[in-house]
Amino acid sequence: MLITVRFFASYADALGRKDAQLSLGDGASVRDLLKSVSDLPGASALPANPLVAVNQVYAVAATRLNAGDEVALIPPVAGG
Amino acid sequence: MRASIVTHALDTDALLREVADARRGATALFVGTVRSVNEGREVTAIEYSAYESMAEREMSAVLAEAEAMNEGVVLVAEHRIGRLEVGEASIAIAAAHEHRGRALDALRYAIDEIKKRAPIWKRELYADGSESWVDPTQVAAR
Repeated sequence: MLITVRFFASYADALGRKDAQLSLGDGASVRDLLKSVSDLPGASALPANPLVAVNQVYAVAATRLNAGDEVALIPPVAGG
Repeated sequence: MRASIVTHALDTDALLREVADARRGATALFVGTVRSVNEGREVTAIEYSAYESMAEREMSAVLAEAEAMNEGVVLVAEHRIGRLEVGEASIAIAAAHEHRGRALDALRYAIDEIKKRAPIWKRELYADGSESWVDPTQVAAR
């Protein structure tokens, strides 16, 4: 399945892009997605276990992904 | 309850009016502004950005929690994004209740949790021309 993952702030800067389309096996988890992200150019600047949101809710490594999910990597937040 | 990401200057009077009600005798307002010095460096401006839809969702969840923990409280919060100069307000939250205790408790919870959870980021621009993303996990807790 194809999953589009969005990058923000310092992560978008490090990767030089705001999103990427990743091809993952059916039943893939957030952990699998992060493995794919780590192969992108510039990904060495990202932490090993960044926060991930799936469909705008914070997820964990074991969270299963489905085609069409809205996935985002969330750098350390600094609002307020 | 209402939480919004906005790109215009915050209007705190409008927020106070939004939570006002003749039965609510206590209204508390928190305003966060861009300060001129951070970590010993002179700041000239901050560029705020957000994962807007999730930030509004997370801020709304925080306000709902604060209202659930403080029965009768009404809250409204706005976070501004874009380039903000020193002294400009980045976030404003208003809380109103019949009495002050619940209003203040709800307000404190709301600002603390929004800072921890809302996917919002800031890039500080310094007087020496440099800039950097702010990472609260890399500085001592305060």
